[in-house]
Amino acid sequence: MIDYLLTRLFSALLVVVGVALVVFLLIHLVPGDPVDVMLGESARPADREALRTALGLDQALGRQLLDYFSGLARLDLGSSIYSRQPVSELLAARIPATLQLALAATVCALLIAIPLGLLAAVRRGEAWDWGAMSFSLVGLSIPNFWLGPVLVLVFSLWLGWTPVSGREASGSIILPAITLGTGFAAILARMVRSSLLEVLGEDYVRTARAKGLDEPRVVWRHAMRNAWLPVVTLLGLQLGALLGGAVVTEIVFDWPGVGSLLIEAIQKRDYPVVQGCVLFVSLVYVLVNTLTDLAYGVLDPRIRQGLD
Amino acid sequence: MLRGLSMFILLLWALAALFGGGFAAGANTIDLQRILAPPSELGLLGFDDLGRPLLERLIVGAQTSFLVAFGVVAVTSVIGSLLGLIAGYRGGWIDLLIVRLIEVFLAFPGILLAIALAGIMGPGLDNLIIALSVVGWVGYARLARAQTLALKQRDHVSAAIALGSGHWRILLRHLLPLIAAPLIVEATFGVAGAVIAEAGLSFLGLGIQPPAASWGSMIRDGASYMLMAPHMVLAPGCTILLVVFSLNLLGDRLRDRLDIRLTARKRS
Repeated sequence: MIDYLLTRLFSALLVVVGVALVVFLLIHLVPGDPVDVMLGESARPADREALRTALGLDQALGRQLLDYFSGLARLDLGSSIYSRQPVSELLAARIPATLQLALAATVCALLIAIPLGLLAAVRRGEAWDWGAMSFSLVGLSIPNFWLGPVLVLVFSLWLGWTPVSGREASGSIILPAITLGTGFAAILARMVRSSLLEVLGEDYVRTARAKGLDEPRVVWRHAMRNAWLPVVTLLGLQLGALLGGAVVTEIVFDWPGVGSLLIEAIQKRDYPVVQGCVLFVSLVYVLVNTLTDLAYGVLDPRIRQGLD
Repeated sequence: MLRGLSMFILLLWALAALFGGGFAAGANTIDLQRILAPPSELGLLGFDDLGRPLLERLIVGAQTSFLVAFGVVAVTSVIGSLLGLIAGYRGGWIDLLIVRLIEVFLAFPGILLAIALAGIMGPGLDNLIIALSVVGWVGYARLARAQTLALKQRDHVSAAIALGSGHWRILLRHLLPLIAAPLIVEATFGVAGAVIAEAGLSFLGLGIQPPAASWGSMIRDGASYMLMAPHMVLAPGCTILLVVFSLNLLGDRLRDRLDIRLTARKRS
């Protein structure tokens, strides 16, 4: 048990270091001199040198890397070139909005995906199945930067039911959550269907039916319980796509989250903030997946032993 | 029916991208008389906020998405498959290194790293392809490695080794053909993903720069005029949806077809 936990944590730590390294290298991908790109050609030499020193770009690469990692260890992500605020503070101000959006989108996705997948599995091969899976394929193919504006057009502009953008008005979460949740729902619905179909073929389901249980009870109480595991795994893995998609959704709806902070920072060429956003979101993703893995290991001895 | 329709859409996309240039000569012609004009006999899909014909801009956008999608998939599938093959076949520290690399790149959520890369490298077609390629190779590598691990103990591989075949010959002649099917399926979904990613980055202003057209930047331009001219958003959006839907359908069908041996094994 302890071995399992330690091995898993160690490999997560390696991934975190790798991720941080890639994020560190990002600023060195700037074409030409990052300082020129950030301040423009007309900046005064004194300002350029000041920024170069502030970013540590005047140091040798190894020294920069060392400073960067020792900063990270103190949760210091540097500061914005514009507002001079620490990146960690800027992030902290935006995290609740993104968290709320991701959570709402997940709830929305589950509300669509579970009935849809159930229906498709129970009515396998019938028109219901075909309809549900076609719907899921459409959901998979709809870009969220298009779905968002279309939902705004219909529900905000034509019907006047929901706010167009922002986070203050009541109900402003609804459209962003649907926009971000639809693609997620499509993938989940497919997973619910295939996972349930697999379980429905098991002997114990046949036994339950032979006992004379009614079909809804067989499906929900017996089959669905065992169909959850792959669905929950997918939920964790798809969190990455969800967080990536949140960037676009936040821009569409002017949602003040980490994604819109990232895009604002890119437009202002505020590289420390760009790096901070990417690092933060990736670390959340790694953390959630590691915790999911650990939870499985604790719950299911087979997974623990599969490691050796 | 759906099958035929989706193949037709993909054919249309390819034709528009490869030979559509002649029909899209006026894509950047600004006509102030036609600003935001709805679809009519003058322009089948209407005109945008600068009076440019949407149909012709869609054709230019098809060229952009086609070039980026196939560029990205060509680069990522070759690099990813090779890395996966080598990792699975050689094992040892090479495998360990490649697996760690895969894990690190998998840890970046979705399109996030591509957004940051494109944002930092600056806009443009080449940077767009680079950004999406840096992110996109991982899936192929993981797949190729897992398949290679499963297949390298097969008798025909041992026979090839015994006969003194070189490593590259074994990789490319004896292993690659066996793992090609799932890679092709992955590549089909990869094209669909790249179409959406290109449009998404261009929507964020990180891809193709004006006046060049991309389906994504057309949606961004249209979003400001949604009430007056919904066709500006609907036309490019429906186009993306149709193309990506067709690609996903094709991918699903290929998977069902090419996985025949796999399903047969499961049943026995």
